[in-house]
Amino acid sequence: MKSPFRPKKLPDAAVLDDHRPLIRSLQRRGLLRGGLSLGALTMLTGCDVGDSTSVGRALLSVSRWNDRVQAALFDPNKLAPTYPESLILKPPKFNAYYDITKLKPVDGQTWKLELAGLIADKRPWTAAQLAALPQRSMVIRHVCVEGWDYIGGWSGPTLRSFLERVGADLSAKYVAFKTADDYPSSIDMATALHPQTLLATEYAGETLADPFGFPLRLRMATKLGYKNPKWITAIEVTNQYSGGYWESLGENWFGGL
Amino acid sequence: MSTVIPESVAPDLHPNPEPSMRAPRLHPLGVRVLHWTNAVAMIIMITSGWGIYDDFVIFHGTHFSPVLRLGSWAAPSLLWHFAGMWLLALNGLVYLLYGIMSGRLKQRLLPIRWQELKVTIIDSLHFRIAHEDLTVYNAVQKLLYIVVILAGIWQVATGLFVWKPVQFSTEVAVLGGFQAVRLEHFIGMSVIVGFLVVHVALSLLVPSTLWAMISGGPRVPRPAARS
Repeated sequence: MKSPFRPKKLPDAAVLDDHRPLIRSLQRRGLLRGGLSLGALTMLTGCDVGDSTSVGRALLSVSRWNDRVQAALFDPNKLAPTYPESLILKPPKFNAYYDITKLKPVDGQTWKLELAGLIADKRPWTAAQLAALPQRSMVIRHVCVEGWDYIGGWSGPTLRSFLERVGADLSAKYVAFKTADDYPSSIDMATALHPQTLLATEYAGETLADPFGFPLRLRMATKLGYKNPKWITAIEVTNQYSGGYWESLGENWFGGL
Repeated sequence: MSTVIPESVAPDLHPNPEPSMRAPRLHPLGVRVLHWTNAVAMIIMITSGWGIYDDFVIFHGTHFSPVLRLGSWAAPSLLWHFAGMWLLALNGLVYLLYGIMSGRLKQRLLPIRWQELKVTIIDSLHFRIAHEDLTVYNAVQKLLYIVVILAGIWQVATGLFVWKPVQFSTEVAVLGGFQAVRLEHFIGMSVIVGFLVVHVALSLLVPSTLWAMISGGPRVPRPAARS
């Protein structure tokens, strides 16, 4: 079976012809930018990280070093604080890289969870099968990288129990996710196996509402909000680093709390 | 700007001694490197921190101008902040270890006498700022330096807790919760920025102090030679 993590169709080389004037202008812009780089050195505040500047590259490599530091700081047995159900915010906060009006709900009837990578049994899962796994609930603090937070109550099978059930290689480095809203994400195996890492199907005791990831989303008590993909359609266990949506724009990959 | 250091403040014991025999400078080279490294680290941390603050402000209706922020949006500001933290923390650690083990911190910053503090504050408020002798700090200077060193340590600690509120959940609970620690980290920044304004203004008013932090300043006899 072809992995859902690879493009189904390679891009047509003809697109290059369609955009040749643009490519030329980009090269011209590159020359201009090169000429201005000395001046840019004195204005580091204007530096766009993630682009080709050496400062940007250095900052990104420190960020990868910080991934390793955070993995070392992460205690797999340390539980995040939990809270009484009365503190649960209803409904939770909607947050995505697009506005809520652009939301595309997922049809729970036809939805399937595809599996790929280092997993023994790669047969797709249905919502009913997930509901038959042992369920866990947790009331935890959601912390956004922006600085806001709220208390949320989540239920579903632990990712650990799911990975064990499908015969995943638990010594692999990463668990990667694909979603219906094109928000690829990946996490370290240690966090995937943490007892407060759920494949959440419910919020505050009720089926997840569309804006919050119905029918399946990841919810980790030990990572920042953007590390929790919603509307999950595929899970891959892999040793290949694959980053994520915000990570490709410069956010830190580990994002641990 | 006066760039002449009054050598008479600390006369050399011998007219032409071997370099190793000469009394050390007021600010030895190591201290100067630590000072300017800290200056760069602090500016990176403060301006990138302002970029992070603007993503979700603590005080409604306030924000820092994009001109003052390091990083064009939150993600680059975070990258700067979490790179600058290594420079700040490692440089600060070396400074504290050196300052404590050499006895320099104790010798320069202690004791602070209450009476002297009162007189200096009153003098300062009347713009009577006497600072002819660079080698001795007055009581207000001592207090400010101690406060800013403690604020720096506070920032490293609260910064670590805001970054890792689950791994340090006990510490976060003691300090009043996640948003409280965010506010406390912001207050620590405000104390350091307040210090910086005074520190830079005074060094420009008495340029010989600024020059001393670049060139080393007058030679100061070792404490043993003083008695």
